[in-house]
Amino acid sequence: MTHNMSVDLCGVRLKNPVMTASGTFGSGAEFSEFFDLNRLGAVVTKGVASTPWEGNPTPRICETPSGMLNAIGLQNPGFEVFAGRDLKFLEETLLPDEEPAEEGSLALSSGMTGTKVVVNVCGHSEEEYLDCVEKLSGERRVDFLEINISCPNVREGGIAFGTDPKGVERITAAVRKAARQPVIMKLSPNVTSIAEIARAAEAGGADALSLINTLTGMKIDVERRTFALANRTGGLSGPAIHPVAVRMVYECAKAVRIPVIGMGGIRTAEDALEMIMAGATAVSVGTVSFHDQRAALGVIDGIEDYLERHCVPDVRDLIGCVR
Amino acid sequence: MKYTEKAIVLECDEIGTRIFSLRLRTEHIAAAALPGQFVSVYANDSARLLPRPISICEADPKSGVLRLVFRIAGQGTKEFSQLKPGESVKITGPLGNGFPVDAARGKRVFAIGGGIGIPPMLELSKRLTEDGQDVTAVLGFRDELILLEDFPCRTVIATEDGSRGTKGNVLDAIREIDLDADVIYACGPIPMLRALKEYASARETECWLSMEEKMACGIGACLSCVCSSTKIDEHSRVRNKRVCTEGPVFLSTEIIL
Repeated sequence: MTHNMSVDLCGVRLKNPVMTASGTFGSGAEFSEFFDLNRLGAVVTKGVASTPWEGNPTPRICETPSGMLNAIGLQNPGFEVFAGRDLKFLEETLLPDEEPAEEGSLALSSGMTGTKVVVNVCGHSEEEYLDCVEKLSGERRVDFLEINISCPNVREGGIAFGTDPKGVERITAAVRKAARQPVIMKLSPNVTSIAEIARAAEAGGADALSLINTLTGMKIDVERRTFALANRTGGLSGPAIHPVAVRMVYECAKAVRIPVIGMGGIRTAEDALEMIMAGATAVSVGTVSFHDQRAALGVIDGIEDYLERHCVPDVRDLIGCVR
Repeated sequence: MKYTEKAIVLECDEIGTRIFSLRLRTEHIAAAALPGQFVSVYANDSARLLPRPISICEADPKSGVLRLVFRIAGQGTKEFSQLKPGESVKITGPLGNGFPVDAARGKRVFAIGGGIGIPPMLELSKRLTEDGQDVTAVLGFRDELILLEDFPCRTVIATEDGSRGTKGNVLDAIREIDLDADVIYACGPIPMLRALKEYASARETECWLSMEEKMACGIGACLSCVCSSTKIDEHSRVRNKRVCTEGPVFLSTEIIL
């Protein structure tokens, strides 16, 4: 029995529902030494801004039980280097979609779907977001834009845009107008009602939502009697946050009609399937890649095994099956 | 080329207070390792998500045996200290750039290690000695001596309490023996590296420092482990460098301490 693993994300076909999570995977080059990126549904890049960002002082990370705190501060080399180096790498590495073989033709073309590219975009101001979005509009290899309005680790931009429904609607509409690719708004869990933010993004014209970004946290180093991170607070990620993420994916998927991409602490196929059953069309594997470079492949294989074991012909049958 | 392997534990011995020597049989990593490189060691308990970066103390390409010497700093390294012969542990490596051994050719070399920065100086001293270079290992301890007998070259010792060698730090020992070097390689605590950077700058001596920083991925993707650089870095395009990838070894003039 063959199973369909492909899903439709705002009109674009993903070969499987498993993507990487922004900030945990660079632009893929480092991980390509450990596995073939062409197996992924999509590669999601680390956030890029129109100009280079230096990021926060160190220590930028610390481990917590089944998780970690980070305050990288969106360090990135800026659009130009990103396009000339990182996007070029992805273009050279990822195979394009294959045309399906014509009926009656003996060609061996399988009509295989290529791995998609999602570029995560950050900015200090609305102008900076729009500047970067406009620059990315000309990049043919970019299949989606993911707009980071939820980074807890930068003072300006990031989460400042993501916590007020009116602000979310406004920036979504502005980005939607400037963008040529489908726009995914990445939401923060550090709000009272994430469903309300989700509805605001949908009202602003978002094509999809991704959630959750990290939960703001703090760790004290008791030996040194100071903060474990130089930034004092950081974003909590890893398996510890998974149940929170599942709950929020469930709430948002019920609140909007646009697709939701679920992320937050996915370690195994079971974790990913929870997100899908809660309503996610696709999932992102993030922090666990630090524990196991090939973790995303394990999730893909595990979902296929599940379909086999449960005689489910199509992974799409599982999206939102738990209500 | 980086490898992720299940390495087999050959022995795990306490060689100092809370300091352990772990010998592992590796398939590829020991053969590929250079002095000054490190490996990521993963806890079996996945509640401890992040690998621990541990420098390579010895690597034998023929037998595939890798030796790591580490101090227990938390729960992860505590788990590694309890490994038993025959058990396996997941490691990724070799990682980072390592010491540029060619820079030593025909020159007088100081291989300077302070505290738990001593282990990587052992493989470096061995390779340089095998290569026929003139190496002096300058080793700074608090009080307890580790690895001293393993060094194949001339050693100079400093102890904080003065129980052996010069009382004081590695620079006090260097001044006392009145030796000079054309190239310095060093690993140890930041105050030691800072002092060596100044010492090398005053004498215009080439000086390579091995840095340490909290890491997550260990392979250059997450940008957790950066250090400040004097110039715009080629990869980051800002004034910082990834310790795991551009480092851990940097020319002292490239970085700000």
